[in-house]
Parts: sequence; structure tokens; C-alpha cells
Amino acid sequence: MKIEMKNISKAFGANKVLEGVDFAVESGEVHALMGENGAGKSTLMNILTGLYGDDGGEILVDGQPTSYSGPLDAEQHGISFIHQEMNNFLEMSVVDNMFLNKEIKNKFGMINEDKMRKQAREYLSKLGTNIDVDKPIGTLSVGRQQLIEIAKSIMTDAKIIIMDEPTAALTENEIEQLFGVVNELKKQGVGFIYISHRMEEIFKIADKVTVMRDGISVNEYMTKDVDMKQLVRDMVGREIGDFYPDRDPHFGKTILSVKNLTEKGVFEDVSFDVHEGEILAFSGLMGAGRTEIMRAIFGIDHYNSGEIYLDGKKVKIKDPESAIKHRIGFLTENRKDEGLILADSLRDNIALPSINGFVKHGLIDDKSVDDFANLLMKRLTVKAMNEQVTAGSLSGGNQQKVVLAKWVGSGSRILILDEPTRGVDVGAKREIYDLMNELTDRNVAIIMISSDLPEVLGMSDKIAVVYEGKISGIVDTKGATQESVMTLATGGADNARAN
Amino acid sequence: MQEQTKSVEAEKAKGFDFKKFVGKMGPLLALIVLVILVTVLSPGFIQPNNLLNLLRQVSINAVIAFGMTFVILTGGIDLSVGSILALTGAVTATLLSAGISPVIALLAGIALGSLLGFVNGLLIAYGKAAPFIATLATMTIFRGATYVFTNGNPITGAKMNDSFLFQFMGRGYLLGIPFPIFIMAIVYLVLYLLLHKTTFGRKTYALGGNENAAFIAGVKTKMVTIWIYTISGLMAAIAGIILTSRLSSAQPDAGTSYEMDAIAAVVLGGTSLAGGKGRIFGTLIGALIIGTLNNGMNLLGISSFYQQIVKGIVIIIAVLLDRKSNDK
Ligand SMILES: Nc1ncnc2c1ncn2[C@@H]1O[C@H](COP(=O)(O)OP(=O)(O)OP(=O)(O)O)[C@@H](O)[C@H]1O
Ligand SMILES: [Mg+2]
Repeated sequence: MKIEMKNISKAFGANKVLEGVDFAVESGEVHALMGENGAGKSTLMNILTGLYGDDGGEILVDGQPTSYSGPLDAEQHGISFIHQEMNNFLEMSVVDNMFLNKEIKNKFGMINEDKMRKQAREYLSKLGTNIDVDKPIGTLSVGRQQLIEIAKSIMTDAKIIIMDEPTAALTENEIEQLFGVVNELKKQGVGFIYISHRMEEIFKIADKVTVMRDGISVNEYMTKDVDMKQLVRDMVGREIGDFYPDRDPHFGKTILSVKNLTEKGVFEDVSFDVHEGEILAFSGLMGAGRTEIMRAIFGIDHYNSGEIYLDGKKVKIKDPESAIKHRIGFLTENRKDEGLILADSLRDNIALPSINGFVKHGLIDDKSVDDFANLLMKRLTVKAMNEQVTAGSLSGGNQQKVVLAKWVGSGSRILILDEPTRGVDVGAKREIYDLMNELTDRNVAIIMISSDLPEVLGMSDKIAVVYEGKISGIVDTKGATQESVMTLATGGADNARAN
Repeated sequence: MQEQTKSVEAEKAKGFDFKKFVGKMGPLLALIVLVILVTVLSPGFIQPNNLLNLLRQVSINAVIAFGMTFVILTGGIDLSVGSILALTGAVTATLLSAGISPVIALLAGIALGSLLGFVNGLLIAYGKAAPFIATLATMTIFRGATYVFTNGNPITGAKMNDSFLFQFMGRGYLLGIPFPIFIMAIVYLVLYLLLHKTTFGRKTYALGGNENAAFIAGVKTKMVTIWIYTISGLMAAIAGIILTSRLSSAQPDAGTSYEMDAIAAVVLGGTSLAGGKGRIFGTLIGALIIGTLNNGMNLLGISSFYQQIVKGIVIIIAVLLDRKSNDK
């Protein structure tokens, strides 16, 4: 199968997104698509699979002009799309989500659940995970949901698989598994379109790279003929120096201290301290319980026992509102379900946690809210027409920046960032790291959960490693290596080797 | 490269988004078209007296619909408003008949309406009942309570009609304009400010758009929900007072199916039943569309049987148009 997209154009209202993009992919190759946040990568794929119409250009499949009526049609013709934003039915079980619209039926037309379960488990185990397929999908972490999406698409016998940021919430282990599966399918003749902001991945998995900027495709390379510097230059139009800025931390007094926090079956005996001006990273495998610990601290979830101290005083945080009053902020990992109100404007999203601070004589001072939102959008280089557009109309990476803007703007002294750079492009990542440095210079304490080990090593002062709900070690980042962290994350030297 | 981005941006800013414009202004355009149509068919429609009459007729539905807008913005629904209207009307009328001071009687009616709304809110926020089910249940409970309270008879009384204040609510004129129109205007203004200019309004939208995200951003979602149903009950009570005063009696079956007209007004005004999207201005327009339809068809002598069919068709058209303008 060979797909050629020629001279594709697309505008949303007055916003011209694509202005003549060429892109092609064929069976047996992995073709990476790169570009800054908002460059139009997801839009191009949505046009290919028929979700959006185009305003010009043509799509040839094996030389024939083709247009699919929608994602289902495209899937039936062998093109499967793993979306950047997952569209799961959160209340439905994993297996029901996986087989939605392609349920296996017996000869009486009844759904054959056992068979579906068996198949679902089989494909998930190919990706090296044994998720309970009967659980409602909404109870699983973003990373797990991502794995399920991937399993879903390899299950469809697709000829071409589009992966839009498939690894944004995966840890090294899962990524390795995924690449194994990709390489195997490639040998069987499956073609891939691979969208990612993680440079190393591109060089590991892709045969070709196309870079998009400002609505056009600027260059196409064989991966072996190009280097990272060149790709970055094509993407952002300038050079980016070091990936991680230097950190020069000055710690103040202990600001948050967590003692023996336990929720049965989820996490146990979690104790740690964070100081003013410190970045404490939380590392660990997917499902180790990092997010759950933070949710409990922030008052979203329950915990059985343990204590939380702020500035040495014991506090009871019963809900997010009281956490925010204590000047704690929490950027959640799942921007679509927990981070954003997609139908609301950027400004209303950004101002929400701080909205009580904008009241004058009982009414909201709209002008200051606008200025506030604009300032933060500039600081985080959010690409949008203005602050009034809905959050739902932004590209994935730009949505992430909006969630970050909202918590940076909340004036928190303690910021919990769960996968802060998920889906963010190289240039913007660097901006976010600079911002984190700026915040810690102002004595803010940051707790950063990240599945990206280089990021953990590059941006933290200390690393707390979580293994099966327990902290298996807290180490100084200076002197830590990927291997030493992985060893703790897998529960010891023996386990590490077995993995 | 910098240059290029700039010119692109300028172009973007100049661009005019037709779909968006229709989506926002659609209900208003529909109302204007409707008014022109009715005026052509029946020139008497545009007479000031008829228009004032229309506005007075609209006021009761509009007041209920303003409260319903908040409810629907959160993705909920309040089916009990008609019953709350009847019960508060009956209680107010009884107090007046018993010779209680009209100020106290009116305040009691309003307090009762708020309390009944508060109960709805509790059931939904803390009882985790689906709004449709919770208010369906309270709709019949409050209606039943009205029958029990009135013994199934209308409440009329000489004393009730003695009170100037009470009479004035539904039948008075101020500067030649029926007083209910003023009530509608004041309620609109207050709720407009509440929805669009206060943190409570922001939180209403946030809650309706994504409850999880709103909660994590520090919105006390349960509190907001309770307040919203309380407001809806309060609005139903105000409508109940206007109606009782206008009829000089409280009927136990007053307000039956008023919830449907209120919901229709909200939806015609472009508020999404899924929550999170909509404006109170739209609801005002929606109520006016329904009022114009009723009034116009009466002027044209169309039988009330057909009127119902026409109203239903208009709602379907509105919803279809709304779908279109929201499509990509
Ligand atoms: N439904 C929509 N309505 C309006 N604008 C949209 C819509 N979808 C995308 N856009 C705009 O199109 C542009 C390209 O978005 P797209 O999602 O394709 O970017 P992307 O390259 O995938 O970025 P990212 O790396 O952040 O995922 C953005 O400016 C975005 O705001
Ligand atoms: Mg994208």
C-alpha cells in the first residue's frame, strides 16, 4: 500500500493551518512526521483519515485518488489511527473499548465476550503488559490507556498505522516493547506514520523523516542522512543550544513534608520532604503509584493514614480547593479529562484556579483576566489566534502549555507537575525548563513526575523512585545514572536484569 | 521568517468567521425573521399594546427559563419548576388569605421555592441522583403536596385581593408598562451579571464543561450544583407569584408542563443540553421566540391543536440548525 498526499491545504475559519503539504508513506517503512506544536501534523492525519475535509490537494492510495468518509471507513480500508488525544469511553471496560464497533459475535449475533477478552489479553501481552481487561478504562493511567490504543490498532490488521505521539506517557520499558512490535510488523509489510517530539525515538525507529513548519512540508530526509541539529533547525527555524539548562539551586527551608502516607493496595508508607527552590522528581515504572500519591496529597483521592506538613505545620487537605488555598498547584497528566475545559476559552481555563483573585466589587475584572491570560500565554509561547478561542481548538502541545500556564499563574509555592512536557515540542520544552528554573529561583518547590528519564536527570535536584507503591529510594540527581534509577524502579538489581 | 508570520497573523485577525457569527447570532436572526413574518401576516402584531401584552405573557416563562439556563449549563435539568411554581403560589395565597402581611407572604413563597430547589440540589450533589430522575421525582412530590395543601381546590380570597403590593406583581403598571415585564428585566439583569461577571458564573461553565477538571482547579462542584438548583427553585417561586397575582387565585394545577416551555426557551437560545455552552441572552431570545409564536398564531386564529405542532417543529429546526453551525 502506498499513500501520497499532495499539496494539501486546510483552514479552520480564518486560521490557515496547511498550505500545500506533501507527504507519502508506503508499506514496510516508518515515516516520521515532525514539527512544532501547532504545525499541523494531527490535522494532516485527520484529513487523511477523513475526519476533516481538505480545502485543496489530493490523496492518492496506490495511485488512485481516494477520500475516506471518516475514520471508520479509513480503518476498514487498512488505515488505523492512534490519536494523540485518546477518545475512550471512560465508564466502559478495557475490552469493550477495544472492540467498539468491531465486536466479535457468535452465529446468533450475540457478543462473544470470552473470545474478545482472550484476544484483548493476547495483544496487550505482545506489548508486554497484563492490564486487567475488565476494568473501566477510566480507572487506568494515561500511559496504560495509550498502550491499549496501540493494541487496538495492531489488532485491526491495518496496512498503515498512524501513531500520533504514542509514547508521550510511556516509560522506557514500554517504549522498547512498542518498538519491538513496530519492527516486527514492519517486516510483515505494515507501514507507519510516526509523530513524536522525542528526538531519540525518531533516530531509533524511523526510516524517513518529514519536517513541517508554518503549514508546509519543509524537508524530507532518510533518517540515516540527517542529524538532530538539522531537524531542530528545520522545525523551529533556529538553533537550540543545550537541551537542558543548567540548574543552580539554592534550597530554603522544608516546605512540604509527607510522612507515612498510605492507601491500602495503592501506595504504602510514602515519606519525603521538599524544600523551597528544589525540584524533586518522581520516577518509576508505569503504574508504580506516582500519580496516585500526588492525587492523595492534593485532596482528590482518599488515603488511609499518614500526615502532611506544610511549613512544619500539620495540615488536612480535604479537596483541591483547600490545596489551592494552601498554595499548592497540580498539573495533572491527562489534559483532556482533568486539565482543560475544552469548550471554554483559553482565558477562562487559565484563570480558573486563580479566579477568586480577580473580583472587584463582587464582579470579575475582565480586563485584568485578559491581561493575565495573555501574559501567561506569551510566557509559555502558546500558539493560538487569541485568548478567546476554545481550548479544544488548540493542538495537543499547545493545550499542554495552557494547562501549565494555568498552574504557573495560580501563584503556587508548591507545584506538582505530572508529565509537564508531555507532547510539547523541543523548543517549547526548553522554555518550560527555563521557566521551572525561574520558579525555583523564586523559592517555589517543584515536584515533577516524569517518565522521560533524561528529563528527570536533566532537570531535578533529587529523585524519588517509586516501585510498586513504595519509595524504593531517594537519591541525589548528581551522581545518579539512568541505570541506577532503573534499578531502583524495578525493585533491585535482579529484577532490573530480568526486565 | 518573522515577517511572514506577522502577515499571516494580520490576515487571520481580519478574517470573518461566518459560521461562528451564525452560531452566536442565529437565535436573534430567527426571532427577527419570525417577527417580520408575523407582522406581514397580521399587521396588528406590531401594535405597542400587543407587544406589551406579549412581553407580559413571556415574563413567566422567561423568569423560569433564566434559572433553567444555569441548570442546563451544568448539564442538568430541572423538571420540578412547574410544581414548585404551584406549591409556592398556593402557600403565598394561603398566607395572604389568612391576613398575613403581604411582604412576609411574598418572602415566604420565595423562601419556600429556594428551599425546594435546595432539596433538588442536595439530591443531585450529595445523593448523586441523576438530575432527570431526581427532579422527576420531586416534580410529582411537590405537585402532590400542592394538592394535599389545597385539597385540590383553587385558593381565592377577598383578603388576597386587598393587598395592593400583591395585586401589583402580576397586574400592576409602571409608566404604562405591565409590572411583570419589570420583574423579568430585573431578574435578567441580576442573573446576567451572576452568569457572566462573577466567579460563580465562571464556575458554572467550568462545571458543565468538565466536572473533573473544574474540581481539580478548585471549584467546589457540589456547592455550585446546590446553589444552581436553589436559584432555579427561586425563579420558579417568582414566576409563581406573578401568575397567582395575575389570576387572583392559586390553582393546584398551575404551571403544569411549564418546565417544557422553559427547557424549549433555553435550547432555542442555543444552550447545549450537554452543558458548558450557552448564554442567558439566548434564553431571553428563546423565550421571545416562543412568545411570538404563541401570540402570532393566536392573532392568526390558528387552533391551539396546530399551535403545539408548530412549536414542536420550530424546536426541531432550531436543534438541527444548531448542529450544523457546530459542525466542522
Ligand atoms: N478543530 C479545530 N478548530 C480550529 N482550529 C484547529 C482545530 N484543530 C486544529 N486547529 C488549529 O490547527 C493548527 C494545527 O493543529 P494540529 O493539531 O494539527 O497541530 P500539531 O502539529 O498536531 O501540534 P502538536 O505537536 O501540538 O500536536 C493549530 O493552530 C490549531 O489551533
Ligand atoms: Mg498533534
